[in-house]
Amino acid sequence: MAIYVMWLRDMKIFVRAPSRIIGSLVIPFLLLISLGLGLGKMAMPGLSADVGYLGFLVPGMAAMTILFTGMFSGLSVLWDRQYGFLKEIMVAPVSRVSIVIGRIASGASTGVIQTYLLIFVSIFIGFKLPSFFSLCFALVYMILMAFIFTSIGLIFASRMKDEQGFGLIMNFLVFPLLFLSGTFVPLNNFPGWMKIISYCNPLTYGVDGLRNTLLGSSLIPLPVSMGVMGVAAVLLIVLGSYFFETSEVI
Amino acid sequence: MFAVNVENLSRKFKDVLAVDNISFNVKAGELFGFLGPNGAGKTTTINMLSTLIRPGSGDARVMGFDIRKQRDQVRKSIGVVFQEPALDSRLTGRENLEFHAMMYSMKKSDRMARIKEVLELVELTNKAGKKVETYSGGMKRRLEIARGLMHRPEILFLDEPTIGLDSQTRRHIWDYIKKLNRETGITMMLTTHYMEEADYLCDRILIIDYGKIVALDTPSNLKNILGGDVVDLEIKGANGSCAPLAQEFEKLEWIKTVKEHECSLSLTMNSGETRIPQLVSIAAGRNIEISSINLHKPSLDDVFIHFTGKTIREQAN
Repeated sequence: MAIYVMWLRDMKIFVRAPSRIIGSLVIPFLLLISLGLGLGKMAMPGLSADVGYLGFLVPGMAAMTILFTGMFSGLSVLWDRQYGFLKEIMVAPVSRVSIVIGRIASGASTGVIQTYLLIFVSIFIGFKLPSFFSLCFALVYMILMAFIFTSIGLIFASRMKDEQGFGLIMNFLVFPLLFLSGTFVPLNNFPGWMKIISYCNPLTYGVDGLRNTLLGSSLIPLPVSMGVMGVAAVLLIVLGSYFFETSEVI
Repeated sequence: MFAVNVENLSRKFKDVLAVDNISFNVKAGELFGFLGPNGAGKTTTINMLSTLIRPGSGDARVMGFDIRKQRDQVRKSIGVVFQEPALDSRLTGRENLEFHAMMYSMKKSDRMARIKEVLELVELTNKAGKKVETYSGGMKRRLEIARGLMHRPEILFLDEPTIGLDSQTRRHIWDYIKKLNRETGITMMLTTHYMEEADYLCDRILIIDYGKIVALDTPSNLKNILGGDVVDLEIKGANGSCAPLAQEFEKLEWIKTVKEHECSLSLTMNSGETRIPQLVSIAAGRNIEISSINLHKPSLDDVFIHFTGKTIREQAN
């Protein structure tokens, strides 16, 4: 019940801020039109020239949407702490784990909704939509990514006092995660050391998995990317729960 | 069984001992007050009792449940109204109440009925559908009281319930609190740094300063510690001495103490307001004219200064 209540509250707030939903799609969309259309019908590894850079980039932008949505979702514990609402949550006879799961569930829901919106919008600029089955299969990767990044956001929010650390997290965690993955550039092109870092990055496997399900081509075998994401998700959810449970409420 | 039972409770924050080895009991149905200046340890104590933070050392039981080992049972039996608003301003008043009801596992039919009930109690029925961000400070506080009562707790904690409110709203909230306690018998524990609030509302008051208990008693007993009312008399034209009148007053057994300062006398007695006519006629009988009379009934202010003034001097020694 607690999971549902936490999820419901986050969803109500999400739905009431349509400008925020649209706003979060702006950057991925701009990247799609500037880079995607700009670089045009380039042949990307494993993809025909017809799909082009645009096709290559869409799964990347989908993953980017989930990265940001997930992180913000997890970090929203900070706002709850700042505005006092966290006290109301923590004083309720509800297990800390269900609070965490509720947050992660809403992080996943909002991330998935926004990502499908982005994919839908990209149709208008030339992205070829895959089969319905593929779109559903992609959901698995989206959800796993959302679990991972919401948990990471939660871990940081549990140890931060206020939003001062935000800038640090964006610059030293989120952007490196974004650029040191296969989001913009195929991994094969990276020098050795960058490849190593990228293979330690869960986003890399998520983007690759999305490319696999949406475009049918990938660098990493499906079982591997799914496995890594699965393990990472479980690990981070457990860590997120631990950090949240031992965090300060005030 | 006491509603709240605290034994040797302490809590440190880095180097500061916020709560220093306090012990006390709150009886069921009591309106209990925690009075002290800012930083005295009131909020920390409430936070420990409501299981928001862990105690440092010592034990406490709320409705018989241990605050360390039986946290969920404690949480089910308490309602908390925090010092700073803990509402979600993006949701409506009703939605905030629904959130709370669902977190406390209230069944749907019960939820609906209870929401209606508590909204009526705090007179927010008309505003329940509006977002909390549109509410005034007083309305938010009332909503929080409604929310604290939603799941019918046996004890309600109120941390500085009227801080930041105008005097009219304060009066209203005081009246809700008193009415609630009288009509439902719910135990209430409030913290405050307002003397009048503790005096007006509480059955018993615990005075706390620097994390330590300074005094614990009913408001009237605390005030009696000072010995009673003080009547100050200004004597006209006494040529620098009111000694004869002072001596006369000292002989009377209903006057407890007489202090002489040049041409004024300070007398301590009970029910000063009933004795003033007698004082005037005694003075008149000796042809002494009183130019002004001041009646000063002891307030908790005096009690506090009495206790903490003493403590500070002892510490200095």
